[in-house]
Amino acid sequence: MSLLRVHDLKAAYGPVPALFGVDLELAAGEVLALMGRNGMGKSTTVKAICRMIPSQGGLQFAGHDLHALPSYKVARLGIGLVPEGRRCFKDLTVQENLVAAARSGPWDLKGVDGLFPRLGERRHQRAASLSGGEQQMLAIGRALMTNPQLLILDEATEGLAPIVRQEIWAAINRIKTETGMAILLIDKSLRELSAVSDRAMILARGHTVWTGKMTELTPEITHEYVGV
Amino acid sequence: MIRESYINWIVLAGFLVVPLWALSADEPFTITLATRAVLLALAAVGLNIALGIGGLVSLGHAAFFGLGGYAMGILAHHAQTFTPLELGMFTIAGTKSMPIIWLTAIIVSALAAFVIGLLSLRTTGVYFIMITLAFGQMFFFFSISWSAYGGEDGLSIYVRNGFPGLNTLVPIQFFGLCFTALCAALFVHWKLRKSPFGLALNAARQSPARVETVGLNPVRLKLLAFVISGAITGLAGALFADLNRFVSPTMFSWQLSGELIVLIIIGGVGRLMGPVIGAALFVTLEHFLGAFTDFWHVWLGVILLLIVLFARGGVVGILTGKAGPHV
Repeated sequence: MSLLRVHDLKAAYGPVPALFGVDLELAAGEVLALMGRNGMGKSTTVKAICRMIPSQGGLQFAGHDLHALPSYKVARLGIGLVPEGRRCFKDLTVQENLVAAARSGPWDLKGVDGLFPRLGERRHQRAASLSGGEQQMLAIGRALMTNPQLLILDEATEGLAPIVRQEIWAAINRIKTETGMAILLIDKSLRELSAVSDRAMILARGHTVWTGKMTELTPEITHEYVGV
Repeated sequence: MIRESYINWIVLAGFLVVPLWALSADEPFTITLATRAVLLALAAVGLNIALGIGGLVSLGHAAFFGLGGYAMGILAHHAQTFTPLELGMFTIAGTKSMPIIWLTAIIVSALAAFVIGLLSLRTTGVYFIMITLAFGQMFFFFSISWSAYGGEDGLSIYVRNGFPGLNTLVPIQFFGLCFTALCAALFVHWKLRKSPFGLALNAARQSPARVETVGLNPVRLKLLAFVISGAITGLAGALFADLNRFVSPTMFSWQLSGELIVLIIIGGVGRLMGPVIGAALFVTLEHFLGAFTDFWHVWLGVILLLIVLFARGGVVGILTGKAGPHV
């Protein structure tokens, strides 16, 4: 049974339409790569799922109609978002960022410290003083502290040094294997996406154009729709 | 640079030393001045929860200060005239008991803050400032037209209200009471700032949209902060009216709301002792410069200008070398 079901999703930024009919299904414990070129609607799809922008169409999570809920209630249902561009609470320390988001469940400060030891070392440092990679780790840790059923990572490794990207991908792998959490990934690194994802979905011009197992993704398809 | 915790203790100690010196030097007026500073600080500590942690620039906090004052004034007026207070279907007796008056002031101010906050928090930025100002002015003009309680002339209370075990007419004893209330409010601020609620409120100030993505309702967080803030400012109003044994529409004036914001900015927005330092400076300037000129506010304006331009963290920011939060 699907944890997240998106059917014929349409969304617009004011008068400018951005999504024309996106279909997406994600089962519990599954990792789905959401792919496509820049400006094709990947982040818009995520924003619509999280109710950060208005949308029409089917939008169900764990049996609940998300259209009936405001953004914060969607998060409380169990959708943890790591937004594009990190966006930590910069005036708060690392620990305060995590505590502010904490909800009861298996993920706590110790768990996040275990996943990202660097954050534990900088627990009392203000988020504004962290490096880009550390801020990204904090953004992931903050989403995990909400103890979600589904973790959405929007361009989590964008603009980071290769060694930091490796750390982030290793953490995503650990989250997948150790917790069985469903993950929706948006990223440009096809190699890493292939290694961690079960299935892929490709968006082009606001439509779903391809869905299938990661193993079924051919170089021709990725070249045509993803540009790699 | 000095650690903020040291500054906090030094300021608190200073607030104790001055009235104790005045007591030994037989200077009761100085104790009254110190009490005035403590009560302005208490009102500003209340506002600092909404402004400093929640980023809510309320230009209507005098509404809660005045409500606290009128809660005291009305209850004491009915007690001293031996007339019951008619509240529609209910009739209650007036009282001269401070604990009952404080509780009434806190409840009335909190309820008013809930209603005002519920409506005002539908807006942000300059609209929030304007709507809170409008509510403050509504209370101001209502109190002017409320002839039953003195209208524009206000209400005088002949004898200061009582507190069990204390003679509140003795300045140092009344100061002790007010100082204890200030310490309690500072403790609330300190605990609240580091609590999950305070952290979430701080996060909501920085980005309401981001805070929603972690399952928190920014409006509810800010509303609760506004209610706590209004309740503390209301308590300050009740005590302030007791200090002067007088309550009038000026307690609702927008100038007072502005002064509370100025105190916080001078001391340091969001800093625990920011409002306390601001209030101490304000009363000191008012007393010493006021003796030379009626236009002492000009110098207060110069200080405010310098702080806004060159020291955004206020006096605490200058001493600690750390800027305050961005509001």
